[in-house]
Amino acid sequence: MLEIKDLHVAVGEHEILKGLTLSVKAGEVAAIMGPNGTGKSTLSYIVSGREGYDVTQGDVRLNGENILDLDPAERAARGVFLAFQYPVEIPGVATMTFLKAALNAQRRARGEPELQTPEFMKRVREAAASLGVSQDMLRRPLNAGFSGGEKKRMEILQMALLQPRLAILDETDSGLDIDALRVVADGVNALRSPERAFVVITHYQRLLEYIRPDTVHVMAQGRIMRSGGPELAQELEERGYQDYIAQEAA
Amino acid sequence: MIKLASEAEATLSSFYEEMRAKGAPRLRAAAWAAFSEFGLPSRRVESWHYTDLKTAMSRPAPLATSSRGAMPLPRAHDSLRLVTLDGVFRADLSDIARLPEGVAVQSLRDALAQGELHVMSALASADIGAQDPILALNAALMQDGVVVQIAPGAKIARAIELATFSSAEAAQSTYTRALVMLGEGAQATLIETLGALSAAPAQDNGALVLRLAASARVELVTHLSGGVDQSIRVASLLAHLDADARIHSFALIEGEGLHRRQIFVRLDGEKASAVFNGATLGRGRLHADTTLIVDHAKPSGQSRECFRNILDDQSVGVFQGKVIVRPGAQKTDGAMQSKALLLSEQATMNNKPELEIFADDVQCGHGATCGRLDKDQLFYLTARGLPRREAEALLIEGFANEAMEALEDEQLKAFLSDRVSVWLSRRIGR
Repeated sequence: MLEIKDLHVAVGEHEILKGLTLSVKAGEVAAIMGPNGTGKSTLSYIVSGREGYDVTQGDVRLNGENILDLDPAERAARGVFLAFQYPVEIPGVATMTFLKAALNAQRRARGEPELQTPEFMKRVREAAASLGVSQDMLRRPLNAGFSGGEKKRMEILQMALLQPRLAILDETDSGLDIDALRVVADGVNALRSPERAFVVITHYQRLLEYIRPDTVHVMAQGRIMRSGGPELAQELEERGYQDYIAQEAA
Repeated sequence: MIKLASEAEATLSSFYEEMRAKGAPRLRAAAWAAFSEFGLPSRRVESWHYTDLKTAMSRPAPLATSSRGAMPLPRAHDSLRLVTLDGVFRADLSDIARLPEGVAVQSLRDALAQGELHVMSALASADIGAQDPILALNAALMQDGVVVQIAPGAKIARAIELATFSSAEAAQSTYTRALVMLGEGAQATLIETLGALSAAPAQDNGALVLRLAASARVELVTHLSGGVDQSIRVASLLAHLDADARIHSFALIEGEGLHRRQIFVRLDGEKASAVFNGATLGRGRLHADTTLIVDHAKPSGQSRECFRNILDDQSVGVFQGKVIVRPGAQKTDGAMQSKALLLSEQATMNNKPELEIFADDVQCGHGATCGRLDKDQLFYLTARGLPRREAEALLIEGFANEAMEALEDEQLKAFLSDRVSVWLSRRIGR
């Protein structure tokens, strides 16, 4: 599904990703763990197509296609979804208007017919009910005045609605209390399928108790330093990231 | 009185002689004297600093002389429409027969001929806007227009539309004035439509005088559109509010040429409340100026202003807002906000909010910002699949919506949203 090879990324003179290689298969949930400031969010932005980064080397392929030259909307239409660490507030834009515009833009780009309002409403209502998103939230402008937990639930609602092939969850657990974390994790688990891959970026092992990963990758110093199974997350929880930070000093 | 020096002012002087011969000589003479004191405002006049009318009006177009027969007019609203075409009130093109009980309409020309005291004193409105030369010029040269009187307590369900169009094939000047008086406790929705039906560069100077008696309520939507590069439109609003009266207003400016909307509002009774919101959709070389003076003369008044300028290409936006709180106007509550969104490197916004407060127990604030589309918001929307131009359109629409949200009339809100969508679809299309 996702193949990243020897990826080097810089912002201005500053190199952030320094030869990152990562492979995620369809059906896989890959967890990426690592200390702050190691380029985890940069990785999520590079895959989803944010401007302002220079890819100096390497490539990113989605189902065999190099996506680095595609704009964010084209990548979204191909199934890339980023659940933002800090979802943006957009006052003045009604949540429902946005959801429908996004869904239908993707469908148009894929040559699928647009969803009519009744069918669209039905899907939103179903997703909202399972994620505890209130009608009041749906009536408000997008993310405007939402609490941290509400914003994260809205991200997962969008994911459920857009049905991506590759979902990247950037620190989705940050700012969530235990109940909200469970709701969000249930939302993600409900979407797990053999056709879909997840990249779950997190600091803490806590989220991975609810979303069980297939693979765990330790990211530090702009690279994947080590990959393993779920047990690696447990090891990191106990020992921290000292080993990986120390390597640089050595 | 200074001597009116320029050629343009000499032409205006000949217009004045012509109009004075047609009636209301005393009212016109006072107004002409006020105009003559200033002449056409150059950039040196502070309130006209960003709109150089003296240069724009260096050649006043001939006064409109309408002899046009009945013609089909574009219609955007399900309203009771009162039409002023090429400077003349047209009963034949207006919905006179459908006017409900409690609404009396006559042409300005007839009203001036009859000279009823309360109408004449309302028309003169010397207390507000007296310092503005172009408003004075309007009073000196007013050709025609409409006078609407709404009886005390009348609640008019259907919107009354004051539609003013220019249709001449050659450049012309129009000076029109409308007066709407609401009796105590009366309620009405007003639509002010200012448009052009031809591609000739019109010079339109229009004024709407609103008198709200105690507890009267008005919702007013103003739509300035049309125009060509050389056209000039000054649309003045004078609103006078008695105690507990309330006006809620929204204005949309689009089109081409030079548009200036100037608002002079006086809250002249306790607990009067005024909302003046608006949005400008700027494209090409549109120059859109909104200049506003809210004068709190009595205690416990409330005023809100929320303006949004959306400026593309080489368009220029101006917002000048002044809130005055007179010495006795304690407990005044005022908030003014102007935000501009620049969509091109060549677009310009001039923001000048001011407060003049002479009372000590008031709550007043203002804010003005000017910026570009937010990169984080754009990335968020495009990452969800919206193509760049559509994402921009959604953000621009949201930006404009913030000024419209408070409107109560759903049909008018839908009309305005639709205008924004049409403007945006042209932007997506190129």
